[in-house]
Amino acid sequence: MATLQAHIPAGPLAQKWTRHKFESRLVSPANRRKYEVIVVGAGLAGASAAATLGELGYRVKNFVYHDTPRRAHSIAAQGGINAAKNYQNDNDSVYRLFYDTLKGGDFRSREANVYRLAEVSVNIIDQCVAQGVPFAREYGGLLDNRSFGGAQVSRTFYARGQTGQQLLLGAYSALCKEIAAGSVQSFTHSEMLDLVVVDGHARGIIVRNLITGEITRHNADAVVLATGGYGNVFNLSTYARHSNATAIWRAYKRGACFANPCFTQIHPTCIPVSGDYQSKLTLMSESLRNDGRIWVPKRREDCRKDPNSIPEADRDYYLERMYPAYGNLAPRDIASRAAKRVCDEGRGVGESGLGVYLDFSDAIRRVGVDKIRERYGNLFDIYKEITGEDAYRVPMRIYPAVHYTMGGLWVDYNLMSNLPGLFVLGEANFSDHGANRLGASALMQGLADGYFILPATIATYLATVNPTARPSTDHPAFREAEEHVRGLIRRLLSIRGRRTVQSFHKELGKILWEYCGMSRHEAGLKKALQLIPALREEFWQNLNLPGTDSELNQSLEKAGRVADFLELAELMCRDALERRESCGGHFREEFQYPDGEARRDDEHFAHVAAWEYQGPDKPPVRHVEPLVYEEVKMVARSYK
Amino acid sequence: MKVKLKVWRQKNAATPGRFETYDTPELNPNMSFLEMLDVVNEDLTTRGLEPIAFDHDCREGICGTCSLVINGKPHGPHRGVATCQTYLRSFRDGDTILVEPFRARPFPVIKDLIVNRKALDRIMQAGGFISVRTGSAPEANSLPVPKEAADLAMDAAACIGCGACVAACKNASAMLFVAAKVSHLGLLPQGQPERYRRVVAMVEQMDREGFGACTVTGSCEAVCPKSISLDFIARMNRDYAVALFKGVGARPGRAAAVPA
Repeated sequence: MATLQAHIPAGPLAQKWTRHKFESRLVSPANRRKYEVIVVGAGLAGASAAATLGELGYRVKNFVYHDTPRRAHSIAAQGGINAAKNYQNDNDSVYRLFYDTLKGGDFRSREANVYRLAEVSVNIIDQCVAQGVPFAREYGGLLDNRSFGGAQVSRTFYARGQTGQQLLLGAYSALCKEIAAGSVQSFTHSEMLDLVVVDGHARGIIVRNLITGEITRHNADAVVLATGGYGNVFNLSTYARHSNATAIWRAYKRGACFANPCFTQIHPTCIPVSGDYQSKLTLMSESLRNDGRIWVPKRREDCRKDPNSIPEADRDYYLERMYPAYGNLAPRDIASRAAKRVCDEGRGVGESGLGVYLDFSDAIRRVGVDKIRERYGNLFDIYKEITGEDAYRVPMRIYPAVHYTMGGLWVDYNLMSNLPGLFVLGEANFSDHGANRLGASALMQGLADGYFILPATIATYLATVNPTARPSTDHPAFREAEEHVRGLIRRLLSIRGRRTVQSFHKELGKILWEYCGMSRHEAGLKKALQLIPALREEFWQNLNLPGTDSELNQSLEKAGRVADFLELAELMCRDALERRESCGGHFREEFQYPDGEARRDDEHFAHVAAWEYQGPDKPPVRHVEPLVYEEVKMVARSYK
Repeated sequence: MKVKLKVWRQKNAATPGRFETYDTPELNPNMSFLEMLDVVNEDLTTRGLEPIAFDHDCREGICGTCSLVINGKPHGPHRGVATCQTYLRSFRDGDTILVEPFRARPFPVIKDLIVNRKALDRIMQAGGFISVRTGSAPEANSLPVPKEAADLAMDAAACIGCGACVAACKNASAMLFVAAKVSHLGLLPQGQPERYRRVVAMVEQMDREGFGACTVTGSCEAVCPKSISLDFIARMNRDYAVALFKGVGARPGRAAAVPA
């Protein structure tokens, strides 16, 4: 049975990380080169971790399924990265960023982790600027900031609408430097398909070469997963098409606990679905809510009218009305739910009725169209390409879409899972965002984990490991894991049924969106828990999978990932069912106040739920890590 | 609407390829070009045929994974967008559309429409970075950067590394890609210490990879999904000339081997 020891250091909140670093064990420079570390993924967390570990002198192997490490989906983050620099002199501080993030997460994240994240945030900006990340600047040459949801200060650093791209290219350039220096070995087109556990410790991975189909074993003294979130379980999301849960899911099936799987983020500002063929949803950055005002018509009968013809008095700026203090910058979960509510009332706009207006006409009148173009030009261009509409003239239409997963593999304060030697970074872990992530905090967390936290904490573990006794890839555990992977692939290819992988993925996505999406209730979740296993059974009997395993086979890649989604989806519903409260992105209809706000239950659910796999035929066990707030008092989260 | 696709099919790098023609199922003009390929692949799979392999991922024009030469043009008919942001409303019902991989000697075909662009990574590894160790960075605002320099650096840094510039060039030159990276770092004060070493190292690696010479015809700029300006090539040439004049060489031991 797994034991969850969070290993939160003692002492006052503000001194925990400093003290912990001092008390951590070290590996001397001469000894570091004896250690091998596997890093899976090269997004912000993976690339920054691999590069930094390489700089420190560890021997690093980095695996990505992309053709190059520069493609990970961190690249698509638009709006920005938070840091408590207080460059705007608007009374920001480490403590305020910490508090905003904790409150934004609806008091379902670990206090000490979040404080550390805020503390480290300032170093990230320094690091990225030194790497040449071209952040936006003021005329005086100093760094510019903007505001994001859930904050009343301007602490977000940005590079036009391409902040994620620029930060990722920064981390990728650091990785390139280390690859050239020989400290990092880069494996591209290489997908991790299993974790190898020897005597309870993570000791390696099994990898499939996506071009040749070759399966290889890789051993190491520690394995770091930085493989991103699992939002593509919904099929339609803002994730890249290839983003998947396979690495973390297979680690879960090897004993790593999966924490808060039902905590998913639905982003309020995405371009609405236009048809059944749709392959992905496109985000319109939250930064747009700095200048755009969100509204729907007050009357249903106005919903089909030209929005510019609807007079001011007939418009309902519902976020400004319901949350006057934060207005259009209410946090994502709240803004999404409010959009759903007005659409459910029949006041949604656009062909499907599932849309609300994001209107820039006031801002254009205030600062001029050129200023708006400078701030958001590329986003307006994207909007036009997709919808064919000019948002400088007519309001954008937006609707919530799956965007991020706060849940992930359980980790302690050192970012190590309950499996010793397995570290999990970035979106793949559960640690810092509680039940809802604030905008511009994902980039912050990925880079905090990779540049600053893991490089310090991994030594404590490695110092206990003897690298000369590293199990070889001939160890029975490696053989067993490789056989397992080969068996799975063989099984998938031998089904020879009639339905395509994509049709299963689409159906699964619909079930989850309906019953485990923006709002959930007991009956629906129970229904999903019947529908999902039935769909999974059909998948394993009726999958039509073309091609072979000894070549590039994109259908096979996808089939493996969808097979995992079909299991993960069940765990998400199970977790949502057990969490009998509403918090952050997890809204249970049974638990709300009369005004429709989420009713949290701190007495029974102020904890992390971490699930432990028990085998294919037994339900997983739900472990609980209580959330203890030493410094902050849990309060009802209000943005009114 | 429906269209006829003439698609390049090739089993692997060692096997010669050929065009195959497919009539698509019913399509919607609001579909993206890649969603159209999804629909065609669903149809092929259901009919027991092998789906078309093509590269894609983010489908919002930023990851640089998607490629394709559509009717002879990398990333299709429109300026300043990638294939994934190309929509069927740009085509007419009944059109015949030619779909090919990016063709260039340094980009060998892996399968069908997928090519290997690792050569671009090796150019980056030769010098596409500022050598700063994590933890050693000074306070960010201690180094003011003129807004104009930061904006111009950002224009260059917007490159998504897709390789369309190479595919469009009659010489398969990678100058626009390399120039974008060289300029991004060379325009910023942080990039100055390695400025000349960097340009020499990256240009030398580019030559080793077998990319051709630049004759400034500008087809690269015309197809670039991020509209990276040709001016950056002029800037890089200037830096390269200065580096030669100064006698700056690439750092020893940085050259990456080009696989046979």
